[in-house]
Amino acid sequence: MIRVSNLTKFYGAVCALDDVSFEIDRGEVVGFLGPNGAGKSTTMRILTGFLAPTRGSAWVADMPTTGAQGDFRRRLGYLPESAPSYPEMTVRRYLTFVADIHGLGKQGKRKADEAMDRCGLRPVAERRIEGLSKGFTQRVGLAAAILHGPEVLILDEPTSGLDPNQMVEIQELIRDLSTERTILLSSHILPEVQAVASRVLILNEGVLVADDTPDALGTGVTSSRLLLRVMGPDPEAARARLSVVEGVTTVTAWQDGDHLCIEVIAPREVDVRPRLARAVVESGWSLLEMVESRANLQEVFRRLTEAQS
Amino acid sequence: MKIWVIARREVSSYFDLSIAYVVLPAFLTLCAAYFFILNPFFVTGRATLRPLFEFAPFVFTLFVPAISMRLLSEEARAGRMETLLTWPIADWELVLGKFLGAASLLAAALLLTFSIPLSVAALGPLDWGPIIGGYIGLFALGCGYLSLGVLVSALTQSQIVAYIGGFALCFGFYVVGHAQAAFPAAWAEIFEFLSFDGRFQRVARGVLDIRDLVYFVSVVFVSLGLTVEILNARRWSRR
Repeated sequence: MIRVSNLTKFYGAVCALDDVSFEIDRGEVVGFLGPNGAGKSTTMRILTGFLAPTRGSAWVADMPTTGAQGDFRRRLGYLPESAPSYPEMTVRRYLTFVADIHGLGKQGKRKADEAMDRCGLRPVAERRIEGLSKGFTQRVGLAAAILHGPEVLILDEPTSGLDPNQMVEIQELIRDLSTERTILLSSHILPEVQAVASRVLILNEGVLVADDTPDALGTGVTSSRLLLRVMGPDPEAARARLSVVEGVTTVTAWQDGDHLCIEVIAPREVDVRPRLARAVVESGWSLLEMVESRANLQEVFRRLTEAQS
Repeated sequence: MKIWVIARREVSSYFDLSIAYVVLPAFLTLCAAYFFILNPFFVTGRATLRPLFEFAPFVFTLFVPAISMRLLSEEARAGRMETLLTWPIADWELVLGKFLGAASLLAAALLLTFSIPLSVAALGPLDWGPIIGGYIGLFALGCGYLSLGVLVSALTQSQIVAYIGGFALCFGFYVVGHAQAAFPAAWAEIFEFLSFDGRFQRVARGVLDIRDLVYFVSVVFVSLGLTVEILNARRWSRR
């Protein structure tokens, strides 16, 4: 549904995208990750036909997006990062206007109503957009992007600037939409991508550095990280005792109130937990807690993007 | 059809944003005050609208950019170009729709000033020929100015810059017809050709020459065409 090949974009002498290629199949939900300025928005703007690439090409629904006025626009829904709308219009009037732009004719009113229901906008239908909260404004943008029933949705940081509750609501909405559509969404909130995406693209300084499922990306991590809470020793003693436990690579310890926090790094294939527990108890200390923090996208992301810079 | 969708939204925006409530009465008041107070209408006692038509082309250079300044500059500033240019609507439909929306407000302003000839007609016999011609000319002239304003508003994200720039461009096309004396005679013909005021005054005197109207229509086409080109060029250069 989405195909990008050898995409390169220069802004003057600055290279924003460097030979990026990927494909997204029908029905996939793909998360687009990268630090600010990595080229996520640029890629999305080229995919929507708002920008022209310096080199390379982009297709949406098997139509090139580089010809200025493509038919692909009917099959595409786009939510730009700032979720722009006309603040002086009411929600209902704005969405009806968007429906008219899409040439939905008599269906327009119904489609606008459907989009409002879907995005939970009914209670504010007659309110001016300028008076709405950021969360509702974002939903108005989302409603405008989906009301014509596009097969492909491109969402640029759909949850940026929202509070945690609003964020969860929008994520649920996206998950709900993903059952029937191909979605590309960008974010720098990693758990969000992990929650909704079946595949992750990581972009750094205009270069695609990873393209895989969230799980597969996790397996690239070779060490596991354990977090212990122990009562009894001082940091020095704990470090001395635990770093000699078989299999342990590094130990860091610090005081946290009346107990110690200890971080232990060990190779992924060795389970050092039983030996650690025994070492703590045999030293006469109390083990309050021991958790393994799973290798997550956060680490992958940091590893991939920091290696570059 | 999409042109009308854009135009209709533009017109309601003028009212939603209270622009129409300020601009329309201001224009009417200015014209009426000039005609009945500054111009010795009651002294000369002649039932003619000539003084108004002589005044209007200049007032338009101030008034029309106020209608056109936000058309595209505000869209760019608010980040709405990103939705507008990715919706299934051609660039020219967008530009023409916006122009027609603004032209509707201009027409409404002209319609309001029609109360002036109506009051004059109540005082004495009025020759309606030049007045109808004058209004047709005013609308054509206003559309010419408006298209120049649209062009300038595509070049900036600031409404103020769009207003000043629009005024400067409109004023240039206005004043060029009065500048012959200051330049070599060979230029006079070019100036005469370009002059908005010269052409309008001929129409307002009741000489309805199709070439004058064609000139204004051409100005509109060239300005709006350039505007479309600017929007399209941004695809390649935009940051």
